[in-house]
Amino acid sequence: MIVMDGLSKHFGPVRAVDGLTLAVDKGEVLGFLGPNGAGKTTTMRMLAGFLEPSGGRAAICGFDVATDSIAAKRRLGYLPEGAPLYGDMTCAAFLAFVAEIRGYRGAARRQRLAEIVDTVALGEVLERPIDTLSKGYKRRVGLAQAMLHDPPVLILDEPTDGLDPNQKHHVRELIRGMGKEKAIIVSTHILEEVESVCTRAVVIAQGRIAADGTAESLLARLPRHNAVRLVVPAGAADAAAMVLGEVASPQAVERLPAADGLVTFYVLAHEGAAPLAAVAHGLHAHSIEVDSLGVERGRLDDVFRALTAQEETAPEGASPEGASPEGAGSGHA
Amino acid sequence: MRSVAAIAKRELVAYFATPVAYVFIIIFLAVSAALTFYVGGFFERRQAALDTFFTFHPWLFLFLIPAVGMRLWAEERKTGTIELLTTMPVTTTAAVIGKFLAAWAFIAAALALTAPMWLTVNVLGEPDNGVILASYVGSLLMAGAFLAITSCMSALTRNQVVAFILGATVCFLFTMSGVELVLETVRAIAPAALVDAVASLSFLSHFSTITKGVIDLRDLVFFVSMIVFWLFATTIVVNARKGL
Repeated sequence: MIVMDGLSKHFGPVRAVDGLTLAVDKGEVLGFLGPNGAGKTTTMRMLAGFLEPSGGRAAICGFDVATDSIAAKRRLGYLPEGAPLYGDMTCAAFLAFVAEIRGYRGAARRQRLAEIVDTVALGEVLERPIDTLSKGYKRRVGLAQAMLHDPPVLILDEPTDGLDPNQKHHVRELIRGMGKEKAIIVSTHILEEVESVCTRAVVIAQGRIAADGTAESLLARLPRHNAVRLVVPAGAADAAAMVLGEVASPQAVERLPAADGLVTFYVLAHEGAAPLAAVAHGLHAHSIEVDSLGVERGRLDDVFRALTAQEETAPEGASPEGASPEGAGSGHA
Repeated sequence: MRSVAAIAKRELVAYFATPVAYVFIIIFLAVSAALTFYVGGFFERRQAALDTFFTFHPWLFLFLIPAVGMRLWAEERKTGTIELLTTMPVTTTAAVIGKFLAAWAFIAAALALTAPMWLTVNVLGEPDNGVILASYVGSLLMAGAFLAITSCMSALTRNQVVAFILGATVCFLFTMSGVELVLETVRAIAPAALVDAVASLSFLSHFSTITKGVIDLRDLVFFVSMIVFWLFATTIVVNARKGL
C-alpha cells in the first residue's frame, strides 16, 4: 500500500535520501530506524506530500504522491515530527476543523469525533486550548488528527517522542491495534519500540537502506546472537574451558578476562541454534560450579550502532553547512 | 469548495483568539475618525460627504493591512503547522484563497463598523449615498489588493516582522507609483511607455476615481486582477518554500 521506488531528495549538494526502494503492505507495521539526519523525516515528508521528491517515485494506495497528491493524501494519516498543532484552538475546535477538511458532515462528523476522542482518551481536555496541554496530550491530539478519517495508510514520525512510559505504552497499544488492517510506518529512536510494535524494521543511514528485516533477523546479524553465555568462578574457569572445548569447536568459544572473581565465556551459535543443552549437559557431567548460564539475544542497539557507526564519524547532521556532500544528511531531515 | 470554507472559518476564528483583531479594529476606527475630523477638517468643510474619510484609507491601509496579513503564512511556517495544512487533502490554491478570504472578511467587518460615519453625514445633510457606497466598495477592493500583496510577502518568510516590513514596502510602492515624484524618477531612466505602465499601477489614482463616484470597470478590474495576481504568486511561493 506504500511503495517507494528509487525515492531521492537532494538539498543542494546534500543527498538527504538517496534512492530508497521499499514497499509496505497491509498488516505491516514498519519501524523506520536511523540516526538523526539519516533521512527518516525527509522520506516521510515526501510520502506525505510535504516535500517533492528530487528523483524516483512514491505512491500511497497506488496514487503517486507527486502527480496525484490529493488522492494520496486522502488515504493517508500523517503525524509530522514534533506534532505541530494550531495552539490557539481548543482540541474540540481543532478536531472539528480536521473532520471538516476530511469531508465529514453533520451527524457522521459528531459520531466520528466522539469515537476518535474516545480512542485516544482526550475527553477531559476537549475544551482546553491546545497550547495549555501537556506534551502527552498534544501528541495524542496529533495522533487523533492523523487517525480521524480511519486511513488505510498511517505515517507517524516519532509518535512516542517525549511521552512518559505509561503514555508510550498506550500509544504502542494503539498502533499495534491498528496494525492488522493498515499499512503503518513509524519512525523511532527507541529500539525496544521496534520489538514491541513493529513487524518489520528498516534501518537507514545516509539516506540509504542499511538493513531490512524483522527485529529478530536484525539481531541475527550480531556475532553473539544466540550465543550461550556462561559465567563461572575464576577457580572453575579452566575446567569449564575444557568442557566447552569438548562441546564446541575452539573458534566458537570466547573467553573474557576475569573480573570480580568471575570468568565469562561465550559459545557462539552453530547454524543459528544455541548450543545450550550440550553446554549444560557437559557442565553437569563434570560437576562444575556455575554462576550463571543463559542464551544471549543481543540488543538492537548494538545492531543499530554496527550498521550506522560510519555515520557517527561523519559530521553529525546538526547544521546543513556542517554536512559534507556525502555526509550526514541535512538539518531538514 | 468546502475546504476553502473550512480553512477560512478556522482562520477567522483564529483572528479573534488573539488580541490582533481587537487592536486592529480599535486602531482603525479611532485613527480613521481622527484623520477625518482633525486632519481632513470634516466640519470646517460644511459638506455632507465622506470624501475626507476615504482620502486617508490608502495611507491607513498601508500599515494596517500588512499588520493583519503578516501572520497568514509566516506563522504557519514558524509553528510548523504548514506541514499539517499542506499534508491534508487540500490544494495550495484552496488554502491560499481560504486564508485570504478570512482576512478580507475581517477587514470588511472593520469597514462596516465605520457605518456611524455614514449615519452622521446622513443626519447632518443629504450626501450622495451612491458615491459613498462606491467608495466603500473601492476601499474594500483596495484593501483586498493590499492584503493579497501581504499574503505573498508573508509566504516568503517565517518571521512576521519581516513579512510586515516587506508587505508595507511593496504596498507603499504600489500606492506611490502614480505620484509625480516617483514618475519623475522613472521618466529620467525609462521610456514613456514604461512610465505610463508604472503610473497605471497606482492604487492611489484608481482609488481616487472610485471615491469621486465614478465606478469605472477598469478600476474594478485593476483591483480584482491585482488580488488574483498576488494570490497566484502566493500559491507559487508557498509551494516552492513550504519545506524550507
